[in-house]
Order: sequence, then structure tokens, then C-alpha cells
Amino acid sequence: MSQGSTAKPLLAGAGTRKSRTKEELIRFVLFLCAFLSILTTLSIIAILAWEAYSFFREVRVLDFLSGTRWTPLLEPRSFGVLPLVAGTLQIVIGASLIAIPVGLASAIYLAEFASAGVRRALKPVLEILAGIPTVVYGYFALTFVTPLIAAIFPQTQIFNAASASIVVGIMVLPMTASLCDDALRAVPESLRQGAFALGATQFEVTLRVVLPAALSGVMASFVLAASRAIGETMAVTLAAGATPKMTMNPLESIQTMTAYIVQVSLGDTPVGTVEYQTIFAVATLLFAITLSMNIIAHRVLARFREVYE
Amino acid sequence: MNTQTTPDAQISPAAQSRSVLDVIDLTIRYGTKPAIRNVSLSIPQHRITAIIGPSGCGKSTLLRAFNRMNDFIPNVGMEGQILYLGSDIYAREVDPVEVRRRIGMVFQKPNPFPKSILQNVAWGPSINGFTGNLEDRVEQSLRRAALWEEVNDRLHESALALSGGQQQRLCIARALAMEPDVILMDEPCSALDPVSTARIEDLMFELKERYTIVIVTHNMQQAARVSNLTAFLENGSLVEYGETDQVFTRPRNQRTEEYVTGRFG
Ligand SMILES: Nc1ncnc2c1ncn2[C@@H]1O[C@H](COP(=O)(O)OP(=O)(O)OP(=O)(O)O)[C@@H](O)[C@H]1O
Ligand SMILES: [Mg+2]
Repeated sequence: MSQGSTAKPLLAGAGTRKSRTKEELIRFVLFLCAFLSILTTLSIIAILAWEAYSFFREVRVLDFLSGTRWTPLLEPRSFGVLPLVAGTLQIVIGASLIAIPVGLASAIYLAEFASAGVRRALKPVLEILAGIPTVVYGYFALTFVTPLIAAIFPQTQIFNAASASIVVGIMVLPMTASLCDDALRAVPESLRQGAFALGATQFEVTLRVVLPAALSGVMASFVLAASRAIGETMAVTLAAGATPKMTMNPLESIQTMTAYIVQVSLGDTPVGTVEYQTIFAVATLLFAITLSMNIIAHRVLARFREVYE
Repeated sequence: MNTQTTPDAQISPAAQSRSVLDVIDLTIRYGTKPAIRNVSLSIPQHRITAIIGPSGCGKSTLLRAFNRMNDFIPNVGMEGQILYLGSDIYAREVDPVEVRRRIGMVFQKPNPFPKSILQNVAWGPSINGFTGNLEDRVEQSLRRAALWEEVNDRLHESALALSGGQQQRLCIARALAMEPDVILMDEPCSALDPVSTARIEDLMFELKERYTIVIVTHNMQQAARVSNLTAFLENGSLVEYGETDQVFTRPRNQRTEEYVTGRFG
């Protein structure tokens, strides 16, 4: 630990210069990696935009956005995207009905009631659950949830929105819980102490101080969860079916935007045709919806963080 | 009452006033490390009692014991008793929530809820099933906290828009709205400027007519100015407790003298 043996002169000629070149090289490589990932994202957006543009030269935007019949592969062809939007909406609503209450309740338990030990054990579990491949959920929907629903409602179709909604709800549940938990824990401890010192019970502190204080963060978590449910692909492709339909009956087969993209990508629709370009139009719409939801959620979260910093 | 529990004259200096809180041979540990060691003292009614001592000597720990706020800290161990009007607040059948309704607290950093001024003050009474006129209670509390004149035209605005000193007085009003018996204050002015500090000190003088106040402070002048009694803690032990005058001008203990004259701590 003596000073003399380890201290080096500041200007140590060649050795330092060599390590500096090395550092610059590393910096350049890292920059390339960052640049590459931005570049790929930008090219994806560019391709989306270009193909969507070609599509909209054939089909009017208004017809696409307001049409209620989606039969791009069958005669007479019709390019009204609303049935796909409705199908997606149905999944999102169904999934939210599960993920929002259960996710919020789990978060409240984790953030406000669980002991430090329980929390330390459970929080990573949430993150692991969030990483389960979604195809597993699709399989789970087909082989377990659908038969269960069919046992209760015999008119249930093999492919149906309810089953897909339920598994998508379960799928986004860990993420919802984890994000809500973060929002609740961002509420300063001093507020809880202040409330307890006024003779509040744990429930009163949670429901009447912590939750209102965390509300914008909690809402943002819900939006992010919904956005994730909108983009969900595998489970809805497997379980919800391929029938673009304007229906609110969850026991019927529907088709979501994502499932439609999968269907056409895997099918033998010739590349370059309008039929093929539909997937880019649908993808652009999907992208626009999820992007704006994510931007809104992040804005809200950022503002929320500012309040408590 | 204080004569029966406190035979030592040093422990019960204000014998003319009845005691609200009696601490009997209190020891508090964080894990195995004691933060309060065998402390006994009585807090008299309608007086301001200051707790002073160097950083880390256990002032906050002792104060938080009075309204069971230490319950929220894991691994806190406690021996001895704290009596509120003669009954043990740590007895098995006592609900800590009830204790905190009677013994309010104001914290070092103002911690208003991110709600309106009105909702902040009304919060305590409304969760506790208050059935009277809530607006009157809010006005009364804000007046007692010397804040009414400044905020009566913007009761529905966010409490976070107030200045630090106003926020602290709001927190005092919020505590007063519960009509507590005792108000505990943990360095209530340490985050405030001198003008706000002076306002809160004035306020404390008025409040002691109705309430019993215990204040932790780092500021010797403040303790000397506002308190009737002063307890000097060092390393978890009660070194000296007496009339503030006496503690500051004729301390019985050498360490007290060194501390109040600013020779250490
Ligand atoms: N939550 C805790 N866990 C463990 N030890 C603690 C905890 N809180 C306080 N302590 C320790 O207990 C002792 C007394 O702390 P306390 O906060 O009561 O001191 P204090 O006199 O209020 O100090 P200050 O003037 O700095 O506020 C200190 O040694 C502190 O490190
Ligand atoms: Mg302290």
C-alpha cells in the first residue's frame, strides 16, 4: 500500500499512447454496434413505410381504416382492417381484465405487505415468468384453457378469443405486476410514515396515500401491458384463430393484426402483390399503435419520476 | 404518578405538572446494537421537552418509541416500558394505530401528501371516521398552525406548491387535525430557513397551551429558546434531564456542560 511503489508518472510515453489507441478502437467498435442496432431499426421502419406506401397507392387509407370487411385473399376482395383491429381489441380487453386487477393486487402485496425476504424471493420470479417463450402460452391455451372453457360453454369454438385473452392476460401479468411494483415503490417512504403517524392502518396507507401518489406510474404500467398484449403474436395465432370478424363474442374464432401477419408471411401469397403488401399496412398500423402507447407511457413515467426526485 | 415510577429527582424535574409519558428503564436495540440504554424519564403535560445530543445518540429512536413508529423497522428489540397516561403503549392489547392517533408526529423533512392543502389536513380525521364538520376542523387546524391566513384562498391547490416552511406548518396542521394529546417533532426546522424556523418556534409556544410537545433538535439555541425541559442523551444513555434553564446554565454533569457550551458534538 506504499505510495511510491504503485504511483506512475502522469506522462508515461509509449505505454500510455498504446493503451489510448486501444481504447479508441474499443470505443469505435462499441459505436458501430450501437449504430448497427439503430440502423436496423431505421431500415425496418423504412421498409415498412415503403411497402405500406405501395399498398396505399392501390387501396385508399380511409377504406383501409374504416372498412369492416377484411378479405384481402378472397374474391370479392375487401381491405377494411377494422375486423383485425376489433379482434386485437378483444384480446387486449380480455387480457387487461386479468392482468390489471391481478397484477395490481400482486404489486400491492409485494410493495406494501410482503416482508423484505418474501419480496427478494418473488420479484425475480416475476422477471423469470416474463421471459417464458410465448409459444408455450399458445400451447397452454390450446391444450388446457380451451378445453376448460368448452367444458363450461359447449358452444365454444376450437379457436376462440377467450382462451387467447386469458393466456395473454397471464402472459403480461408478471410484467404488469413488476412495473406497478416499481411505481408503488417509487412513492417516498416519508409519505407512508406520515400517514402511519396519523393513525392510519396499512390498508388506509396503501389505498389512500400510496396508490393515489403512484397513480400515474400505475396507469403507465397498464398502458405498457396493453401495448405488449396488442403486439403479442404467438399465443393469439395458435389459440384465437384466423377468422377476421367483427364480433364481441369471446367464444368465437377471430383474428388479430399480428396473427394475420403470421398467416400471410407463412402462406404462399406472391411477394409484391397487393395481397402481400397488406401485411405491411397492418404492421404499420400495429407499429403506430404500440409506439404511441409506449411513448405516452414513458412520458407519464418520466414526469412521475420527476415529481419524487 | 411520576413520583411512583421515578424516584430519582433528575428523572422527573417538572413535578408540578402531571406526566403524560413515562419512560421506564427503556432499552432499544437495532439487532444486537443498543441505541437506547436504560433510559427513564417523564414528559410533563403542556410543556415543551427538548431532546438533545450528538448525532447518532438515539434521539430519533427514543422519539419514535413514543408513538410506536419503530414498529416499522425490522429487527428492533425493546425492553422496559413506556406509559401514556399510566398505561403501557406496548401492552399486547394496545392497537398501535390508536396510540398514533393520540400521539402525533412531525418529521424532519416536510412530507405533505401529493394532494390539495385541504385534503392533507382533512386526511387524518376522514380516515378515522370523523363525523363533525370537516371544513371547520381544517380551518381550525390551519389557524392553530399559523397557516390559515396564507392558504385560505387556495385550499384546493396542491400542497407541493407551498414553500418548505409552509409545508412544515401544513404537516403540523395535519397532525393537529387529529386533535392529538402529544406532538412529537423530530428536528422540524432543520430543513427550513431562519424565518420559517422562527415562525415554527413561535407556533410551538402557542401550541403548548393545548398540547404536550416533545422536540428533537440539533440546535442548542433552539432547545434553549423553546423548551421548558431538556433531556441530554449521549450514546443512548440519558446523561441529564431537567429544567432547560438549569441544564443550560447550571448543568449537573460535566458532559452536559461540554455539549451545551459547544465544546463537542
Ligand atoms: N433503522 C436502523 N437500523 C439500524 N440501526 C439504526 C437504525 N436507525 C438508527 N440506527 C442506529 O441507532 C443509533 C441511534 O440512531 P438515531 O437515529 O436514533 O440517532 P439520532 O440521535 O436521531 O441521530 P441524528 O441526530 O443524526 O438524527 C445510531 O447509531 C444509528 O446508526
Ligand atoms: Mg435523528
